[in-house]
Amino acid sequence: MSDLAPALGQLAVLVVALAVSVPFLGRYLAHVYTSPKHLRVERAAYRVLRVDPDADQHWRSYAMSVLGFSMVGVLVLYAFGRLQQHLPLSLGFGPLTPDGSWNTAVSFVTNTNWQWYSGEAALGHLMQMSGLTVQNFVSAAVGMAVAAAFARGLARSGGHARVGSFFTDLVRGVVRVLLPISVLGAAVLILLGVVQNLASNADLTTLDGATQVLTGGPVASQEAIKQLGTNGGGFYNVNAAHPFENPTALSNLVSIYLMLLIPFATAWSFGLIVKDRRQGLAVLSVMATLLTIGVGLLTWAEMAAPGTAPQLAGAAMEGKEARFGEAGSALFAAVTTGTSTGAVNSMHDSLTAPGGGVALFGMMLGEISPGGVGSGLYGMLMLAILTVFLCGLMVGRTPEYLGKKISQREIVLVAAYVLTTPILLLAGIAVAVTASDGVAGLQESGPHGFTEALYAVASAANNNGSSFGGLTSGTPFWNTLLGLLMLFGRFLPMLIVLALAGRFSAQQRLPQSAGTLPTHRPLFVVLLTGVALVVVGLNYVPVLTLGPIVESLS
Amino acid sequence: MTDLLHLFRQSLAGLRLMVAATLLLGLAYPLVMTGFAAVASPWQARGSLVTSTGAHTTDPSEAVGSELLGQGNTDDALFFPRPSAAGDGWDTLSTYGSNLGPESPDLVAAIEERQAEVAEREGVAVSEVPADAVTASASGLDPDISEAYAALQVPRVAAANDLPEDAVRRLVAEHTAGRTLGVLGEPRVNVLLLNLAVRRLAGS
Repeated sequence: MSDLAPALGQLAVLVVALAVSVPFLGRYLAHVYTSPKHLRVERAAYRVLRVDPDADQHWRSYAMSVLGFSMVGVLVLYAFGRLQQHLPLSLGFGPLTPDGSWNTAVSFVTNTNWQWYSGEAALGHLMQMSGLTVQNFVSAAVGMAVAAAFARGLARSGGHARVGSFFTDLVRGVVRVLLPISVLGAAVLILLGVVQNLASNADLTTLDGATQVLTGGPVASQEAIKQLGTNGGGFYNVNAAHPFENPTALSNLVSIYLMLLIPFATAWSFGLIVKDRRQGLAVLSVMATLLTIGVGLLTWAEMAAPGTAPQLAGAAMEGKEARFGEAGSALFAAVTTGTSTGAVNSMHDSLTAPGGGVALFGMMLGEISPGGVGSGLYGMLMLAILTVFLCGLMVGRTPEYLGKKISQREIVLVAAYVLTTPILLLAGIAVAVTASDGVAGLQESGPHGFTEALYAVASAANNNGSSFGGLTSGTPFWNTLLGLLMLFGRFLPMLIVLALAGRFSAQQRLPQSAGTLPTHRPLFVVLLTGVALVVVGLNYVPVLTLGPIVESLS
Repeated sequence: MTDLLHLFRQSLAGLRLMVAATLLLGLAYPLVMTGFAAVASPWQARGSLVTSTGAHTTDPSEAVGSELLGQGNTDDALFFPRPSAAGDGWDTLSTYGSNLGPESPDLVAAIEERQAEVAEREGVAVSEVPADAVTASASGLDPDISEAYAALQVPRVAAANDLPEDAVRRLVAEHTAGRTLGVLGEPRVNVLLLNLAVRRLAGS
């Protein structure tokens, strides 16, 4: 039903909106994460919290702060889920199961927002707004903080492995960036028709004489930060396909814009923090290139509608909303898997085989196109360092990135980073499809059933959160497996990134020489794009073959 | 050991921060936005409810539905919505898409069955049934149908209500929304508002 011209027009509107705002926000972000000045409200907060905002932490100390804060987040959210029946606005819902509550706590603290439950049938309003929404903010701020620490590590010279103050980064990320933009975003969404109230369920009688339950809730306030913080956890089971979360084509574009805003702006700010804007631009170009490829392929797949069912129906409209059509759904699907958002406005399980494969591959790349808030930048920088190293091998010189030497210790850390997620993912799928409890959750047999399981572990290990919804994942087996993947998939890479930040901070900056590979030129953009696709992508060719590729060819 | 002590201290600071964050982000922020919504757009904030005359209301007991939510239909004198996989159909407490894959035999069978049903109901060939009429939406609450599916239903609705087809076609046109800014989304027809208009025209 979608035509090509409006599909391109929609893309053009998005590109213009981003092009106007990303440099502005990028400059602002660089200021936020480097300014020595504190706002008055922040000073008050630091006094109450009893933290020293100017404690320039060693990377180990910074990492302990990240882990300590996140651990508290998991415990608080776990308690919330187990005790929600005693809280106001619970709508009469009982406690979540122990495995379910653990999964949800980990899911929201790791910025994944995988949802095994159905929001409208399991969660009260207070759990949604004071439990989940809070983690939407702070888990995003943690990602941005780690990215800022890494950028500072690269920017410093002889910095004694110090990378900044975690609590300062966290508070600033929330107070100066996420909250103000969320207030604006929520206001816009409210004016576009997104629901925002504290009402309990009420019955109404339809034209047909049937009873339909009118659900209420603080939806818009959650929706804004869910997209902005690349979280993705929907208020309702069907997420941003629900007309109360995403009522119009315009709210759809606003949602997509919010998902991309901070990840791209963070890349811009990186250039400013390391005092070479071109470096940020190069990274941003690679992100944009990969995203454009993803959007193009997914849109083509959904509009061409290959497959038995789409061909029979005449279009790939199963699991899509009429107001978005194929193009509005494909763009959303590519963006939500290219960032680490995981919100959906169509049912990904019903995407065409190649379309679902592209969404899956977007997550497998490690979400660097442009990735989650913060995590997208440090993920891409790891690959940039790997690229420099590979090029160094070819010409036989000691590689360096931004004047920092990439010696054995550094490249071991980078290699560990690049391997962590594939190991988690592939081990996860192996466990899932060999355990009977794992297979029991699959809705379909054959390659599509395999893809349901593969999509789930890829989504968890990469902290995405979208799903092939046919999978019944609210079981102790799946809750435990996916919870572990989310936990390790978030914090192991973060620890490696911080360790590397410490090493770079301690190093003296080397002067550029004739042998230095320029990392801001188009050649490097091409090399980095290639490394992302080949080095990371190749890990997954066998599993992709068993799933979406076989299904596409059948 | 010192690392563990450090972790513990950081966790205590983290706990204090979590309390502050919950007050600011978990209460103040959503409540302020709820207040803003109640002032700036109270009707939409409650779910865009409409009465049988098509008037806006915020009282569910006066409403026949939400402009944003699709609802089931069994009346041959009205327009039918898209298929719904939410619970037993249009269940707002169980929103769901079928999640069936493109090669699913269940999905193929469902599409064939729906095509036959719609073709018989509208008195047309199976090949004329548009895609959105035979595919379940993502939310199970899709309020809209395509222009093609609306046009297909015009003769039946007109005949059942003793209305000229042109009059019904005009109503469809009045309730068709184009692409936003000319490029966003798809042209679509809001089924509830259209059906309310049909009832009003037939009743007058």
